[in-house]
Amino acid sequence: MNPELQGRVFPPTAPYLVGREKVREFARAVFATSPLNHDPIAASAAGYADVVAPPTFAVVVQEATLAQLLAEPDGGIDFTRVVHGDQRFSYTRPIVAGDELTATLAVTSIKTLGGNAMVTAESTIVDADGAHVVTAISTLVVRA
Amino acid sequence: MSVTVGDVVAERTFDLTRDSLVRYAGASGDFNPIHYRDDVAQSVGLPGVLAHGMLTMGLAVQPVVDWLEDRGTVLDYQVRFTRPVLVDGESGATVHVVAKVGAVDDDGTRIDLTVTFEDQTVLGKAQVRVSLT
Repeated sequence: MNPELQGRVFPPTAPYLVGREKVREFARAVFATSPLNHDPIAASAAGYADVVAPPTFAVVVQEATLAQLLAEPDGGIDFTRVVHGDQRFSYTRPIVAGDELTATLAVTSIKTLGGNAMVTAESTIVDADGAHVVTAISTLVVRA
Repeated sequence: MSVTVGDVVAERTFDLTRDSLVRYAGASGDFNPIHYRDDVAQSVGLPGVLAHGMLTMGLAVQPVVDWLEDRGTVLDYQVRFTRPVLVDGESGATVHVVAKVGAVDDDGTRIDLTVTFEDQTVLGKAQVRVSLT
């Protein structure tokens, strides 16, 4: 892969509108049973505008940025050799249905280790007002 | 809510089947066929169909979310994917999660997750930082 990707910042993704049924669907898939994830009335009583997405829902928004990275013409990343090494989410607030989210990817680090390359991709996710919601950080291992 | 380092705050067992993987594929948009096709998994040298790492990460935090209810929020959640969870077509896979208080400091409370499949840890450095109200 191309070591010059380090430091590269990609264009923001198209806005992703978080739907209530998508939150419920994702919640069921990760065994999330809290009323906050499913019931707008329970979410409202807890101070949220609508149902609250489970913590790892941010990956759905982040995914578009990882697709940008893998499709980068000079990136040289063979996705069939990519293994997910680490994942991290740092939240300012939970994602709720109705949020319109935009993600901006930066490649913060590229290291090579024994022929494998480790790429750290940091996706900053903001709402329609530009306020920070969550940063999703993936380390991808590209096997030699 | 007051907690002490070492407290086990939650513990849960999850039974995964191939259906769980297909459901997660649809919900997340990750349709990599190694998560539902034995022939594809074997063709790339895997012993069988694997759970999505992000499914394991996603379910492993749920006992903490349920423990928090509306008394706090997750500030930060990180894991390292150290070992795959093989999901057998007939018998599925059982994933066990223990959530224990790892640290209490000015940045909040750190909950450490021990996530196991067939008595082996599948997530490394699985830490959830929460704010308690």
